[in-house]
Amino acid sequence: MKKRTMETSLAAQSPKLVRSVERRLFLRQGLSLGALAMLSGCNLTDDEGVQKVLEGMSRWNDGAQAVIFRPTRLAPEFPASAITKPFPFNAFYTVDEVPYVDGKDYKLELAGMIRDTKPWTLPELYALPQASQITRHICVEGWSAIGKWSGVRFSDFLARIGADTTAKYIGFDCADDYSTSIDMATALHPQTLLTFRFADQILPPQYGFPMKLRIPTKLGFKNPKHIMAMTVTNEYPGGYWEDQGYNWFSGS
Amino acid sequence: MDDTRWVSIHPLIVRITHWINALAILMMVTSGWRIYNASPLFPFRIPNELTLGGWLAGALQWHFAAMWLLVLNGLVYVTYGIVSGHFRRKFFPLTPSAVLRDVKEALRGKLAHDDLSMYNAAQRAAYLTIILCLVVLVPSGLVIWKPVQFYEIGLLMGDYEGARYVHFGAMTLMVFIALVHIVMVILVPRTFPTMITGRARRAT
Repeated sequence: MKKRTMETSLAAQSPKLVRSVERRLFLRQGLSLGALAMLSGCNLTDDEGVQKVLEGMSRWNDGAQAVIFRPTRLAPEFPASAITKPFPFNAFYTVDEVPYVDGKDYKLELAGMIRDTKPWTLPELYALPQASQITRHICVEGWSAIGKWSGVRFSDFLARIGADTTAKYIGFDCADDYSTSIDMATALHPQTLLTFRFADQILPPQYGFPMKLRIPTKLGFKNPKHIMAMTVTNEYPGGYWEDQGYNWFSGS
Repeated sequence: MDDTRWVSIHPLIVRITHWINALAILMMVTSGWRIYNASPLFPFRIPNELTLGGWLAGALQWHFAAMWLLVLNGLVYVTYGIVSGHFRRKFFPLTPSAVLRDVKEALRGKLAHDDLSMYNAAQRAAYLTIILCLVVLVPSGLVIWKPVQFYEIGLLMGDYEGARYVHFGAMTLMVFIALVHIVMVILVPRTFPTMITGRARRAT
């Protein structure tokens, strides 16, 4: 009772003090709110300045990964017993939306810094010397799965079509409106294969018929499926996920 | 003047690296939780309200930006700690029995904190464990980030999939100790300003 009287009288005598206490409380609550907002991250990440810094760091990380990447360092290969069954389907759409590509009419279109841009039919591609690999596919989401892919060494194919391997990028356009692009060093890596088979069978539609570029030194989304056209270029082609903020190099 | 004198207990470089580390770890942990949510290792997710980045791509951007801050700052701190003898003076000697005794006393709320320039055994163990967690978090993170290029480090922890568990486990232990650390600072609030000013009052 006595205390209450004291408080009341204090407030009456010193509104300034009360205001100052209130202000302090307000500041403290504001700080906690700010901390919460920061933890939730959304507002902070949407801030234009923050976005610029993050994108700048992502470009910096492209460079750092190019330095870390060793052209002769091979991804581990596994025995057939390690293959993940069933191999997960993954795309930006559901499995019933997988594009239909007619193999009879199919031609791989070539463009850009390439000597011979004649399109390639599937029988012509199947007739090239083939190689196989059992490697780990690592998704940007974190999961991984081991599978077997077979096809032509991409560096052999690039040599055959007379691609200018001093160019910086190779871009890919796909039947499902997907696109991505890779650096030339990775394109020339001995384990980078233009694959036509999965588990010794012609690539089923859900795994990328008619062809998937298999790159065991990059994350899964950098391995385009249903490739319709490829372009050798010095102009940054970007890609479906890359344009939305996923790191471009995404090497592993 | 009263009968106290100010003593310097935290060198400037320790205070600067401590706060940069705190910020870097906050960003790494909260963005890492969002990345974890994209493909959880265990049957639970971290509430999105506690995560940083808004979505997976944003969280990855934060994680791989803040990692440079964490690693560069950590290198400065560890180099200083070893070269200057700071680690040897502050963290050692350290015996399991002393740690056990101090942890028990702390749980009973009786841990002595008279001399802030000295870490008790519970503090020594806690801070050293956080350093060790980071020493595990960085290489396991490198294996997750670049499992092919850092394949040899991966051999120590079960390759890519093993590294995900090691990374998560070290994060969990580190976050737990960091939370205990924060609770202890709240319980002994006079330690807080010393990490900013570097000075503490010592009775003469």
